[in-house]
Amino acid sequence: MNVWIAVAVTAVGCYAVKLIGLLVPTGVLERPLVQRLAALLPVALLAALTAQQTFADGHDLVVDAKAAGLAAAAVALFLRAPFLVVVAAAVLVTAGVRALTG
Amino acid sequence: MTEQTGLAETQHDGGGTKSDGAVVRDALGVGVAVGLSGFAFGVTSVGSGLSLPQTCALSLLVFTGASQFALVGALAAGGNPFTAAAGAFFLGVRNAFYGLRLSQVLALPRAVRPFAAQWVIDETTAVALAQPTRRATRIGFTVTGLSLYVLWNLTTLLGALGAEAIGDTDAWGLDAAGPAVFLALLAPMLKTAGERAVAGIAVVLGLGLLPVLPAGVPVLVAATAAPVVLWAQGRRRRAGGPRVDRRRGGGRPEVGQDEAARGPQGEAQGVDVGGHGPQGEDGRRGDRQGNHR
Repeated sequence: MNVWIAVAVTAVGCYAVKLIGLLVPTGVLERPLVQRLAALLPVALLAALTAQQTFADGHDLVVDAKAAGLAAAAVALFLRAPFLVVVAAAVLVTAGVRALTG
Repeated sequence: MTEQTGLAETQHDGGGTKSDGAVVRDALGVGVAVGLSGFAFGVTSVGSGLSLPQTCALSLLVFTGASQFALVGALAAGGNPFTAAAGAFFLGVRNAFYGLRLSQVLALPRAVRPFAAQWVIDETTAVALAQPTRRATRIGFTVTGLSLYVLWNLTTLLGALGAEAIGDTDAWGLDAAGPAVFLALLAPMLKTAGERAVAGIAVVLGLGLLPVLPAGVPVLVAATAAPVVLWAQGRRRRAGGPRVDRRRGGGRPEVGQDEAARGPQGEAQGVDVGGHGPQGEDGRRGDRQGNHR
């Protein structure tokens, strides 16, 4: 039930912001400060989410096979690999490290 | 990818003409490449404990990748539905700014806007804004939106079915797909010192507060890194003259312009292909916007 609530709230919220962008008069969101904040907000959220999903296990911080997988993804990004290759590198290296370390 | 050459050619002949076929090819290139990554979402979502209908509902109704990954990640970590949704929502806020730009260049009738809204995302914005004419912009937006929506939902379903068949997705390393997606979206955004500072502070806050705050809340606190860095930059600018962030030059009116032009692109680059050079892309975008005005 909780999951469905989260799905519904997210769906309504995300659709609303998309629609607002198309409907509001030009000028309201054009202020430089608002635009810069909108550009920086995803940077903060994505950085925190990347770190948490890599190093968090519940309320504990851990370094496990996923860290190796993320390192592989970073190398792939550095080499300008396509998106799917980046994700595949992370998955394969994580699986490989888990298989090797038991 | 074909898109690159297609765009480069129009660039050279002044951006005035571009065949419908070329626009459709560009749009399909992005739509198909990104649409396939719905597979990673389907696998991650079911691997995180969501059911198949919940997973498909997210792709059908939310349809903005980063928010979907964020939501299932937060729910898997034990966050309550509202903090989890808040994180996903804040990630989706950028779409409002894409919509703002798109409504100028697409000039859609008001009655059509509620239907077009669901497709206002990183990739459709990047493709649409890269087109030289209104007709090409509309074709680019529609074809990217349609191909991406159909494929993203199909691959979500297949990924979810696959994950259910596999059972323990962690054993296959599939729990690394979510953070890898975030990293791929984030990497092209880290161009200036300010952006790197925001990312660094957010990582420290997100990890540092994890042991002490309820699940899902540390990410929301980490989001405050954005206004904090903006505020610090503003202070320094007032104190030490206009040149705080060298990349932005001095002109205040251009700052917003520059951000808006770069926003969708930064994201789309991460998702779309490896081969794009950021410089060429930015310059091109600037030209296009000039054309639309």
